[in-house]
Amino acid sequence: MVVELALGHAPHEIAARGRGTRHHGAALADAPLPAARTAAAHQEPGHLDLVLRALADPTRRDIVSRVMVAELSVSALAETYPMSFAAVQKHVAVLERATLVSKRRHGREQLVAGDPQVLQGVHHLLDRLEETWRSRVEQMSQVLAEDPTPGPGA
Amino acid sequence: MAVVDVVKDPATLSLQVTTDFEAPVDRVWQLWGDPRQLERWWGPPTHPATVVDHELVPGGRVTYFMTGPGGERYHGWWEVLAVSAPHSLDVRDGFADEHGTPDSELPVTSMRVELSEADGRTRAVVTSVFPSTEAMEQLITMGMEEGLRAAMGQMDVVLADGR
Repeated sequence: MVVELALGHAPHEIAARGRGTRHHGAALADAPLPAARTAAAHQEPGHLDLVLRALADPTRRDIVSRVMVAELSVSALAETYPMSFAAVQKHVAVLERATLVSKRRHGREQLVAGDPQVLQGVHHLLDRLEETWRSRVEQMSQVLAEDPTPGPGA
Repeated sequence: MAVVDVVKDPATLSLQVTTDFEAPVDRVWQLWGDPRQLERWWGPPTHPATVVDHELVPGGRVTYFMTGPGGERYHGWWEVLAVSAPHSLDVRDGFADEHGTPDSELPVTSMRVELSEADGRTRAVVTSVFPSTEAMEQLITMGMEEGLRAAMGQMDVVLADGR
């Protein structure tokens, strides 16, 4: 799945940039936190909503997964999809508002790059819930092993 | 333990955990269907659950509280939407105040359990869906988070004791 692919890139990208990954998810969840963080803009209430809404569209997910790997121009992206340059530009704008991507000018081109930290933050929330369920499954397995045939109301 | 698959979908705020248990479906169902069994796994080891009401019928309620190391209690409830023993269960899962009254300030998640048996093993698919991103953040930032994380750290100890 495209989202998984995009999310899969995030840790490597972050490691490569030497940023801390562990606190960012918490920063998203704990807003507001000290303004010293580089990700301060990501902590606004409702930001996560913007992120998830941005990711709800398959074209936008595909754009995100591409620009996480390498910076691409809007025109290069526009060639990839059966839609107009303007339509692709709109998708990029939605992603930009969610801070999933950033845009910079390079000569006549607009280059789009992904921000892996934001994706990482969303993934981090689901990771916590996964931990809870893994813990529960361990306990369920233990109950089954200790108590293979409980009587009624045992 | 045999978690065979975990699917996290940030776009739909859902988490799906698929597990294979070495037990027939009727036995695995008891983990949910028998309150004394349910309380042995629902809460983290540091916050064991005590199930109070357990009405697994459509519209019925399951109420419980978890007790922390300092004796503090966290109350919760399920509202049963659909049940088909021993194969499926749909509930809404929320928090309550100390009298067991649902707390409307705290988010309610939905949880679906599907069990199927093959060759004497049971596959359990549990899907949790969060109503909104705010809800998800709120659940995670709640004080219970610390308890849940502590629980993870103590799993090894608990499992070793059980051997």
